[in-house]
Amino acid sequence: MSEKTGKSECTRRQFFVHVSMTLGSIAAVLVGVPIVGSILAPIIKKPEPEWRPVGALDSFKIGEFVKVNYVNTSPLPWAGVTAKSAAWLKRDGEEEFTAFSVNCAHLGCPVRWIEGARLFMCPCHGGVYYEDGSVAAGPPPRGLYQYPVRVNNGQVEILASPIPITTV
Amino acid sequence: MNFLKRAWLWFDDRTGLSGAIGPIARHAVPPNTATWFYVFGSATLFAFMLQVATGVTLAFIYVPSSGEAYQSLQYITTQTTFGRIVRGMHNWGASAMILLVGIHMIQVYLTAAYKFPREMNWISGVVLLALTVVMGFTGQVVRWDQTAVWSTIVAAEQAGRVPLLGGWLADFILGGDTVGGTTLSRMFAYHVFLIPALLFVFIGFHLYLVIKNGISEFPRAGDPVDPANYREKYETMVKQRGIPFWPDAAWKDMVFGFIVICTILVIAIVIGPPELGPPPDPSDIHALPVPDWYFVFYFAFLALMPPEIETYLMVFGPLLVGLLLFCLPFISNRGERSPLRRPWAVAIVALTIATISGLWAIGITSPWSPHFDAEPLTAEIIGADSGPLWRGGMNFNDKGCLYCHAISGHGGLRGPDLTYVGDRLSANELTWRIMNGGLNMPGFGGTLSNQELSDLVEFLASRKKE
Ligand code: FES
Repeated sequence: MSEKTGKSECTRRQFFVHVSMTLGSIAAVLVGVPIVGSILAPIIKKPEPEWRPVGALDSFKIGEFVKVNYVNTSPLPWAGVTAKSAAWLKRDGEEEFTAFSVNCAHLGCPVRWIEGARLFMCPCHGGVYYEDGSVAAGPPPRGLYQYPVRVNNGQVEILASPIPITTV
Repeated sequence: MNFLKRAWLWFDDRTGLSGAIGPIARHAVPPNTATWFYVFGSATLFAFMLQVATGVTLAFIYVPSSGEAYQSLQYITTQTTFGRIVRGMHNWGASAMILLVGIHMIQVYLTAAYKFPREMNWISGVVLLALTVVMGFTGQVVRWDQTAVWSTIVAAEQAGRVPLLGGWLADFILGGDTVGGTTLSRMFAYHVFLIPALLFVFIGFHLYLVIKNGISEFPRAGDPVDPANYREKYETMVKQRGIPFWPDAAWKDMVFGFIVICTILVIAIVIGPPELGPPPDPSDIHALPVPDWYFVFYFAFLALMPPEIETYLMVFGPLLVGLLLFCLPFISNRGERSPLRRPWAVAIVALTIATISGLWAIGITSPWSPHFDAEPLTAEIIGADSGPLWRGGMNFNDKGCLYCHAISGHGGLRGPDLTYVGDRLSANELTWRIMNGGLNMPGFGGTLSNQELSDLVEFLASRKKE
């Protein structure tokens, strides 16, 4: 191979290399945007919290915690039973209510209201909360999450929100 | 017969398969690798093949929809012909894979087969380990029952502790900000498309490297690895004394693989797949999510670490372990290979096994949990069936004391055993502790009436060794 032709061969080849690599990368990016976008959609799109009815006002006794079920914030038609959500609800007065998340503030396990002890207890790592949702014992770094409650036309409604994630 | 032979010759002529595969299958390996010590890698591969076959079969019937997966699992288990066995094999095959990967890894580490020139063999193996673990977790989630739902939530909460990115990671795992219609489809996509694709790539790479670098010879003490001449030495040894991999060494792999596969099949027939829990209903709070056995040690680790540092341990612990494993061949890639000359390696393995089994043993009893199903104290244990003693004993049952404290074998393990608490604490001390609580014990000052308190104290004070 003479020096001259070798050189021109090389530039020609390099040109092909560049064209191929560039086209390949552009195609990958073009296709990648919608792909990665749809996979990341749940992070990008935030559903609005919504008021969900949990029962008639007079079905709640004052001073007692009951578990109420409602439809979660972002139900899809095929979610079936997984569209259900729950909260611990207590009637404090005529129209005052307290609602706590059933998710432990430690790692999210479902806490249970123990009527005799008037405590919430978590089955996972021994987290315990007082009636007012504050930590009584165990590893939870903070108290139970609270949901807004309102009375609307004789119906008690809870503002359905995402599963509370304890971040630091 | 003649026809078959001619057909094969035609096929081989057009594809060149025997020419391509023959030399690879018959490549020479060091004579001392043909021992029963070398069968675990191939057994892992066989178990993986079983997972692929049973997994594809299950995908024929399984419906990856949050709303319907549970019913399809029930259908597989109870209605489909052989469905129970296939599900069982897939489940026990997963256990086998975790076990075999672990043994394979320990053995490679103990014989330092990760040293020059097999650094990439080890690193691709570490990637495979990580992928296997992710398969284990996603597999438990696609077994879409109550435990699956709550495990997903716990996983999202753990991811939530990652600084800055936590919230996004949690949403990514849940496929939204609650468990719901999108959660299972995504887990299914990881479990059957994404991770398996990566597994195929890395298994292929791993096997290619085994052939490229040769199976490491069984180490001899006093024969250190020196990158300058190792390859040369290895090649000469293989050329002079090597034996063909197929069938001289491979037959042991086949025998052991056969045993592994048959064991999985027998267990699947006899024990069957794990029972499905209650349906995946996030509003059903009577759940105690406990992972499959191979994650129980990690579950115990999460429960036992001190809350002040748990965020760091939870996030950086696994990262650090991963990083250490990844860097191992760069930390030491030459020198002695024999475990006889590497006491530290032996000690590290022993320590790791001891820690994991210890955590595992604790994880099974989970003493940190309140036991909601503890058997209430009986009149016989209380020692009375009326009066303050009896009332105190009943309070112990009703006020939740029982969930955390045991008396005469009834009750939880979270707090101290109170069978003989009367010997340790006076009535005054008891009153003070119940009222104010203490480390990991709630104060009951606000919830007990005076009568209840005095009955409870009287009952506890009476718990004495004669
Ligand atoms: S999740 Fe409740 S204590 Fe850990």
